Amino acid sequence: MNHMKFQGLHNNFKAIVIGGSAGSFQGITKILSQIPGDFPLPVIMCLHRLKHVRNGFIEALSIKSIKDVIEPYDKEPIKRGKVYLAPANYHLSIELGHYFSLSTEEMVNNSRPSIDITMETASYVYKNKLIGILLSGANKDGALGMKRIKDSGGFTVVQDLADCMIDTMPAAALEITKIDHTLTVDNIIKLFFEIHNLYK
Amino acid sequence: MQEIHIVDIRKLTEIIKTKYGYDFTNYAISSFKRRILRILELYKFSGVDALAKKITDDPVFFEEFISEITVNVTEMFRDPSFWRILRDKILPNILLNHKRVSIWHAGCSSGEEVYSIAILLKEMGILEDSKIIATDIDDRILERARSGVYTVKNMELNEKNYVRFRGENELNKYFEVKNGLAYMDKSLVKDVSYRKHDLVNGIVFNKFDIVLCRNVMIYFNQNLQNDVLKKLHESIFKYGYLAIGSKESLIWCEIANKFIVVNNEEKIYKKIKE
Ligand SMILES: C[S@@+](CC[C@H](N)C(=O)[O-])C[C@H]1O[C@@H](n2cnc3c(N)ncnc32)[C@H](O)[C@@H]1O
Repeated sequence: MNHMKFQGLHNNFKAIVIGGSAGSFQGITKILSQIPGDFPLPVIMCLHRLKHVRNGFIEALSIKSIKDVIEPYDKEPIKRGKVYLAPANYHLSIELGHYFSLSTEEMVNNSRPSIDITMETASYVYKNKLIGILLSGANKDGALGMKRIKDSGGFTVVQDLADCMIDTMPAAALEITKIDHTLTVDNIIKLFFEIHNLYK
Repeated sequence: MQEIHIVDIRKLTEIIKTKYGYDFTNYAISSFKRRILRILELYKFSGVDALAKKITDDPVFFEEFISEITVNVTEMFRDPSFWRILRDKILPNILLNHKRVSIWHAGCSSGEEVYSIAILLKEMGILEDSKIIATDIDDRILERARSGVYTVKNMELNEKNYVRFRGENELNKYFEVKNGLAYMDKSLVKDVSYRKHDLVNGIVFNKFDIVLCRNVMIYFNQNLQNDVLKKLHESIFKYGYLAIGSKESLIWCEIANKFIVVNNEEKIYKKIKE
């Protein structure tokens, strides 16, 4: 495996949030199939999905994933090295005591779960110790969340527009804030490897 | 989105507590903060201080505030599989020993859940033998619940849920569309008692066979969840049932050992200890 260096990366991060929408499923499953079993950070995913289909999605994501994908319950503590997915039809927030809260508030950017909400609350809790990754998608959800992460000194990555099935979402983030890295899915996987290395 | 500080939120909840007796101190901070921000935007307040002043000076506005601070999003037959289990397993079980069933909807919002249960009971032929009480902290939403009028757009979703619930009829047997609004058949809820009740500071007022408190405690922090659960526990007959939202859990609650899990997918619990 060839190493890649990422400007601004260190081993003091506490969590990773990933946002994705239309066209992100393949990328996500590819990333999950590569995240090592002993990857140290919690990975919190907020993906747009069918609102009224409670089951199926998590199974589909889990098939190739090395780690189990967990749909957290309300007030579930966030643990190191676990992979979490926002449940269908609930917004997923991170609270100061490092646990999740769910809510059925109005949709944000036509979405519930909303990536902005997950990213903004994560950024409030983890400040500059947060990595935000925004993948393919057809709307603007996540752009404000990425800006919040960047403004709080976190580490930001969007999927390379040419690598996206639909690039509206990462493009929206690039438009309103300076993003640290624009990476293909394959290079996002290398980023995970590099983090894994740094924490050894 | 602007940021507001927790100290300012604390000041606000103190004022509300002193002046009106409602205690929002232990609401989950992430969603509570978003609700405050939303109100600041909606009413164009310059900040939390201005909002606090308005609340202090204007009790009528405070009612509006309660209505805006609470999250009222709801559906009929939300999680259709939950309602199926209620019909096929839980209620038949209760009816083995009782002729009448008493049900409390704690946090009934605009009443969709009440119509769901009324339709379900009617199709089981036991609506007349049931006692339903529906409560919420929000007076305005209770008014909506009593009126039984919903938007056609929401009814579309409700109809989809009803189909997946596998009801006996078509949902539209239970409502009439006039002027673009859906008017529910009110005979379904003629015996339902809608009341204002605060789960946080309110008293335990009765005992029930089933308490539904779904997607209400997600707005509370862990401490408050514990306190409210104690009250819910007291409000259930021994061997009665508690239903919470499908993404809520009792695992982290002190009182969990007084319940057993009847259905983990649908989060239905049975009280086994006083
Ligand atoms: C999201 S709704 C839940 C509606 C319905 N049970 C469902 O699951 O679809 C939450 C409701 O809880 C009510 N609520 C919030 N705090 C409360 C309190 N302290 N006491 C009683 N009801 C409360 C709100 O007014 C709101 O109507």
